[in-house]
Amino acid sequence: MSIEIDHVNKHFRDFVAVDNVSLTFRDGELTALLGPSGSGKTTLLRIIAGLEQPDTGRIRFHGEDTTDLHVSERGVGFVFQHYALFKHMTVFQNVAYGLTVRPRKTRPSKDEIKQKVMRLLELVQLDWTAHRYPHQLSGGQRQRIALARALAVEPKVLLLDEPFGALDAKVRAELRRWLRRLHDDIHVTSVFVTHDQEEALEVSDRVVVMNKGRVEQDGSPEDVYDHPANPFVYQFLGNVNLFHARVHDGIARIGDIQLPAPEFQGYKNEQGQAYVRPHEIEVFAGREHADALHAKIELVSVVGPTVRLELRTDNSEELIHAELTKHRFRALGLAQGGDAWIRPTYSRVFLPDERVSNG
Amino acid sequence: MPVTLAKRRVIPGFGLTMGFTLLYMGLVFLIPVGAFLLYTTTMSWETFWNAISQRQVVASYKLSFGGSLIAATINLVFGGLVAWVLVRYKFPGKRMVDALVDLPFALPTAVAGIALVTLYASTGWVGQYLDIFGIRIAYTQLGVVIALTYIGLPFVVRTVQPVLEDLEAELEEASASLGADRLTTIRRVIFPALFPALLTGYALAFARALGEYGSVVFISGNLPFRTEITPLLIVAKAEQYDYHGAAAIGTVMLVAAFLMLLIINGLQWWASRRHG
Repeated sequence: MSIEIDHVNKHFRDFVAVDNVSLTFRDGELTALLGPSGSGKTTLLRIIAGLEQPDTGRIRFHGEDTTDLHVSERGVGFVFQHYALFKHMTVFQNVAYGLTVRPRKTRPSKDEIKQKVMRLLELVQLDWTAHRYPHQLSGGQRQRIALARALAVEPKVLLLDEPFGALDAKVRAELRRWLRRLHDDIHVTSVFVTHDQEEALEVSDRVVVMNKGRVEQDGSPEDVYDHPANPFVYQFLGNVNLFHARVHDGIARIGDIQLPAPEFQGYKNEQGQAYVRPHEIEVFAGREHADALHAKIELVSVVGPTVRLELRTDNSEELIHAELTKHRFRALGLAQGGDAWIRPTYSRVFLPDERVSNG
Repeated sequence: MPVTLAKRRVIPGFGLTMGFTLLYMGLVFLIPVGAFLLYTTTMSWETFWNAISQRQVVASYKLSFGGSLIAATINLVFGGLVAWVLVRYKFPGKRMVDALVDLPFALPTAVAGIALVTLYASTGWVGQYLDIFGIRIAYTQLGVVIALTYIGLPFVVRTVQPVLEDLEAELEEASASLGADRLTTIRRVIFPALFPALLTGYALAFARALGEYGSVVFISGNLPFRTEITPLLIVAKAEQYDYHGAAAIGTVMLVAAFLMLLIINGLQWWASRRHG
């Protein structure tokens, strides 16, 4: 079931939460709505669910207008950040809830409900918790029960609001891989909200980056990461270094370093900002390349297999962050307080006040 | 937590606070009640039984316990409703209404009793119209129930209100997204969450009604066998220097009230046990 968001607007008093957003989520796709807090991603998700009404604009499920349909009739499964399990019901009763509240005519028989609930509990690998109460389960288990409960009503679309936001890092990583596998099995059109770029990139088929109520970029995780449409997306999707650059005829110059910038073919001597990710900076112990920039190593931090360096170049106020493997770091024999030469290997240039469309 | 005095605690002052608690409980509660029970034991079993089983006294038990149960039940329904309105809706004068709820706590009960009589006497503002339909409130058992309802109102409201405020809106949204209509959500999600608080409020309102004296004596008219409440009989006996009789009836009240509160607390424990 596809979801179509057609020019949706929503504001709360003076605050514009969703600003004229149009999007289409294709059937069976797992999409991440990614953005900082206050970017409107949760509001948009709640509008899709029918938990909020848009000021203007329409929502369509598979071409059918559902804008005015109450949340209870919309056929969505909604998973909340804090699980929202019914505390006075057992796990079994929680998962069965959506089936037992149906009018008598369409309600499955007791046996059918039991079978279905147990099947769902097996799917989320928690069939042994059927007779426990939510407070007896861990956060990750609770969220899987919440997911089973949402799936019990066979929703046309599954909506997840920061589903892993309340969990610790390890459980979080496990659960998102598990969600990915689950989605590959059941193929229900799913949208999940997150502010964690790693989560969005790892789990989803497609990432929609939002900021200030607008869609900044919409594409595959690889596309969004490798070809950010604008400075906001660049900065939001990981650490980035900024260099002054001059663009001339498809070449960007940072100091004496020349990098290809084919999208600026035909531009003459324009001043811009070059965005370079930490792993796109080569570090040398000596002046092996004539154009490399000299820098002092101010801080070395070893994070597992990678080493992060904070460097200061001779003519820059800002710190440069570089990342390399521990192996390479040792081979170079670099040390805190010592000299180094750096060279960006790839950059993306944005001219001031210009939004470059992604190629 | 096991009470081991030898271990050093993270929060200091256990000895001091516990000592004060015991002293306090002893002075204001245990010693008076103990002395009262001790006094009861000085009478013979026969005197005791005679005092508590007079027909007039038995009639007063029925009114006191029956009336208190009815009043607490009325407060359960309407107090719950008031709490709901105060938490869930915004309306002008909400703070006023919120403050008014506590008034029965503050107003001397005699004032309340006199006000109720003025209103509900067959010549009163409200009473005269009810009289047309043959409904009499002042000097009837109905009047007793109204007075007991009045003084018990704040309890249910004040116990349910904070629980309702803390109830996550997400629970209701989850219920709705699973296809439940509003009524089903209230019945299956909201009500069970409020149930322990409702029960607490019910128990408090009941206990308060059982011990009420001031407001009832004015509106009830104190007709023997019909509108006499048990506390009134205790006062009447004490005024006639029949301290044994007063203590005997008091003991019955004490034991009965204690048992009923124990049952209600047990129910509440059973209900909240599942919430973790």
